[in-house]
Amino acid sequence: MISIKGLFKQFGQLEVLKGIDIKVEKGKVVVVIGPSGSGKTTMLRCLNVLETPSKGILSIGGQTLDFSQNVSKKNIAAFRRLTGMVFQNYNLFPHMTALENVMEGPVIVKGENKQKARQRAQGLLEKVGLGDKVNYYPSQLSGGQQQRVGIARALAMEPEVMLFDEPTSALDPELVGEVLKVMKDLAKEGMTMIVVTHEMRFAREAADEVIFMDGGVVVERNKPDEMFTTPKEERTKKFLNMIM
Amino acid sequence: MKMYLSNVAADPDRTARLIEIAKTSLWPLLEGAISNTIPLTIISFIVGLLLAILTALARISHIKIAEMIARVYVSAIRGTPLLVQLFIIFYGLPNIGITLDPFISAVIGFSLSVGAYASETIRAAILSIPKGQWEAGYSIGMSYSQVLKRIILPQAARVSLPPLSNTFISLVKDTSLASVVLITEMFRRAQEITSRNYEFLLVYTEAALIYWVICFFLSVIQQYMERKLERYGV
Repeated sequence: MISIKGLFKQFGQLEVLKGIDIKVEKGKVVVVIGPSGSGKTTMLRCLNVLETPSKGILSIGGQTLDFSQNVSKKNIAAFRRLTGMVFQNYNLFPHMTALENVMEGPVIVKGENKQKARQRAQGLLEKVGLGDKVNYYPSQLSGGQQQRVGIARALAMEPEVMLFDEPTSALDPELVGEVLKVMKDLAKEGMTMIVVTHEMRFAREAADEVIFMDGGVVVERNKPDEMFTTPKEERTKKFLNMIM
Repeated sequence: MKMYLSNVAADPDRTARLIEIAKTSLWPLLEGAISNTIPLTIISFIVGLLLAILTALARISHIKIAEMIARVYVSAIRGTPLLVQLFIIFYGLPNIGITLDPFISAVIGFSLSVGAYASETIRAAILSIPKGQWEAGYSIGMSYSQVLKRIILPQAARVSLPPLSNTFISLVKDTSLASVVLITEMFRRAQEITSRNYEFLLVYTEAALIYWVICFFLSVIQQYMERKLERYGV
C-alpha cells in the first residue's frame, strides 16, 4: 500500500502542495487530474523524491520517509527503488540503445548479472511491443516508441508502484494510443499505478479511482464514472466542463 | 623575400647547402618532437584533464569551500602568463628549497594550465546536459556518482570534444615554451641548430611545418572521434 500523509511542498515563497493525503491500495490504478499549476506533477515528483517535500510522511510497502526529520540520502535511494517513474519527455539515455537503457538500472544499481539483465530487458521490450527495436538508439525511435522504452526501463527495477507524469502529453496524437495500450495492459496485470494525465478516456477505462487536484489540495476523489458524470464539487464541475 | 629567393636561386652552391641543412636538421627536430614535445603534450593533457574534471565538479558541487578553491585556481592560472608560471615553478621554487626536474616542472606547469582552461569547457558541457537526464538516473535508483559516470559524463564528453581538441592542439604548440626551462623539445633543437649555421628562416620554418603536421593529424583524429561518438546521432 502507498500512503501520502500531510504532504507540503514550498518553492521559496510559493506553496505548491498544501497538505495532501492520498492512499492507494496495492494493485489499484489512480488517475490524477487537475489544471496546470494544481500541484499534481509536484505531488508525483515528491513521491519519487525528485523533489524533497517540505513536510509530510511518505510510505510504500513497509518503507517510510518522514520529512519532518532529516532523511538520509541512502534512505531516499532505497525508497526510490520502490517507485518506477515515467517522464513526460521520456528522458531516455541518448547514448545507449533501447536494450541498454532498460539494462542500466538492474546492472548498475542492483548489480544484476549482465546476461540475466539482458534477457529480462529483452523480455520487457517485447512486452511493450518493441522486441524488434532493442538495438535502436532513442534518436531512431518515434516518441511513442521512446515512451514505451521509458516504461520498460522503469519496470526493469521491479517497482512496487509505477508513477506516470503526463506520459502522453509530448506525443503526436496518433502515437498516444500505443502508449495507453501498454499502460492498460499493465493495469490489467495488477500493477499499482499513479497516473497524472489529461487522457480522460484512459481514466474512464483503466482507473479505479480519479483524484481531482486544484490549488495544491485534493478537491475530490471519486470512482471514474461518478467523477465524470456526477461530480460532487463545484470546482471539479468547472474543470471538467472546460476540458470535455 | 624575393631577394632571398633570387640570391638562393643565383647561387647553386647555396641551394645545395640549404637542402643539405634541411635534410640534416630534420631528424634532430623530429627527435626533439618524439622524445619531448609529444610526451610532454600527452602527459600534461591527461593530468590536466583529470584536474579539469575535478575542478568542474567542484565548481558545480554547491560545496562552498570546494567551489571557492576551484574559482581561485582557475582565476589565477587564467590571469597569469604560462611563461611566467613556468619560470616560477622551475626557477622560483628552488628559492624555497623545491628543486624540480625540468620535465616535471613543465608537466606541472602545462597540466595546471590545461586543468584551468578545460575545467570551464567541461563545466559548460555538464551543465548543457538536460536536468531530465539526472532525474532519469536518480529515478532508477542511481547515486550521484553513478549518474555522473554512466549518464552525464559520456554525454558531456561528446559536447566537449571539439573545444577540448582545441585545448589539446594549443598545448602541442605551447610546449615550445618548455625550451625556457631547458627541455630540448623541438623548438629548442631548432634554436641549437640555428646557433651553429645561422639559417634561421629555413630551420624555424622546418620546425613550424612539423608542428603543423602534428596538429593536422590531431584534427584528423578529432574528426574520427566525433564521428564515432555521434553514432547515436543526437
